[in-house]
Amino acid sequence: MTAVIEVQNLHKTYADTVAVDDISFAVQEGEIFGILGPNGAGKTTTVECIEGLRRPDGGRISVLGLDPQRDRAELTQRLGVQLQDSQLPGRLRVAEALDLYSSFYRTPADWRGLMDVLGLSDKRNTRFGKLSGGQKQRLSIALALLGSPQVAVLDELTTGLDPQARRDTWDLIEGVRDRGVTIVLVSHFMEEAERLCDRVALIDKGRVVVVDTPAALAEKVDAGQRIQFHPSMPFDDSLLAGLPEVTSIIHRGDVVVVTGNGNALNAVISVLARNQIVAEQLRVEQAHLEDAFLALTGRHAAGSGAN
Amino acid sequence: MSVITAPPPARARQSALRRLTVAESRLFLRERVGPIWGIALPMLLLVIFGAIPSFSKPQASFGGYTTLDIYVPILIAMMLGLLSLVALPMVLAGYREKGILRRLQTTPAGPARVLSAQLLINLAAATVTVILLLAVARLGYSVPLPRQLAGFALAALLAAAALMSIGLLVAAIAPTGRTAQVIGSLLFYPLMFFSGLWLPIPSMPAALQHISHATPLGAAWVAMSTAATGSWPHALPLLTMAAYAVVFGAVAAKLFRWE
Repeated sequence: MTAVIEVQNLHKTYADTVAVDDISFAVQEGEIFGILGPNGAGKTTTVECIEGLRRPDGGRISVLGLDPQRDRAELTQRLGVQLQDSQLPGRLRVAEALDLYSSFYRTPADWRGLMDVLGLSDKRNTRFGKLSGGQKQRLSIALALLGSPQVAVLDELTTGLDPQARRDTWDLIEGVRDRGVTIVLVSHFMEEAERLCDRVALIDKGRVVVVDTPAALAEKVDAGQRIQFHPSMPFDDSLLAGLPEVTSIIHRGDVVVVTGNGNALNAVISVLARNQIVAEQLRVEQAHLEDAFLALTGRHAAGSGAN
Repeated sequence: MSVITAPPPARARQSALRRLTVAESRLFLRERVGPIWGIALPMLLLVIFGAIPSFSKPQASFGGYTTLDIYVPILIAMMLGLLSLVALPMVLAGYREKGILRRLQTTPAGPARVLSAQLLINLAAATVTVILLLAVARLGYSVPLPRQLAGFALAALLAAAALMSIGLLVAAIAPTGRTAQVIGSLLFYPLMFFSGLWLPIPSMPAALQHISHATPLGAAWVAMSTAATGSWPHALPLLTMAAYAVVFGAVAAKLFRWE
């Protein structure tokens, strides 16, 4: 595996705010690399420097061996970009947009095939202004892939999509990766990163907190278990609170939520059984990337609770 | 490493500027703003003015020319004003607002080409309108064609350059398409006043005439009507328009942002 993107000590300031303080990471060929962090962490600025849209104040960036500032013309041929909130003229039709943008590239992908893959064929004569949010997003992804890029940078890929469209888009991105395109995914949506990314960089306040696989990150945080159930009859909290494996007990209406270490489940069930209490609708959750994020930055990734 | 590999269609080999110009022309027609203001409105005014009998009678105060003779260059100035000050900035600032210029920045085509395409389209629309206006005025209302045709063309071209430079500056400073439209309209009315739309320049008091000559559309009217009556336009109005084009063009180029 070779690095297709290398970012070293990137620094970028706007007026008097430091957007990116000191960021370094490397993206390997063929992987889906996630850049995660709360709003304002510096994610978008970082990828804009990679795309050559912004000039870094310090540090070095190499994309496919190119300097994003000096080798702009060559970079645009080989790097596909999907920007956050970028539109098209309202009266431009889907097929016209794909045909036009494919004419910009040296080795364009077959735009009709791409239109099929993205499920836009029946919208080919629809104006951009009349497309739904999901359709606009898919068109935007298609435009990013039109030049047969070796690397694609996708910023807030599924923001604003309904859950079904979001899952469809994830499948699509996996398909693109399987064809050999390296993907950089900017997101504040943890479930997305967990599902798609081979590795993620957690960014907070313009710095890289950690770079690892989603699973390893979740493991690093020993959040233990969260046990949730309906007790068949009311019981005194002290029954469970005394257990060394249990750290907290919360009542949410009829539901009891117990958190504790890896052995908490066994201990809790035994005590309840001894007292002839049945734990109905029992659910056990392991720590997720979301918990890792919270533990590492002390903050929730904005918006990840939605959906 | 292509996503879906297929031989590029032959058409894809055409230059990006040409393809963008074709696509933008289609949008220009679909948006309807340009065709209505830049072509239909001046033609409609010509037909209305042509239907007024007194407009076709020679006027002593106009040196023996008819009111319609005086108004044909004014309608050309108005058309240039509407296209350059309102339609062009509205589209360009709107493209910036919607992130279209920014998206183009990430492609090999780049945003400068869409700007060039827009200038070409507005210039082409202006040319079509000038030819239509002159032809309809000649055939329908016996307004003679400009006797000094080359001088007339040069005057019209410099007027277009001056106005489009001002339009580009409006596009440069307006944050949204809507604001560009408002700023453009605010500029359009006083500039049209000095071109003589409401009171032809020969009928203005001397002080107003002097001011008019210093404005781009006033200078445009002076140069075009001189050429229409058979002499080469004077250097002063031509240089005035050229100066507007250079100064506003330079400031616009300095201030224009893609995002």
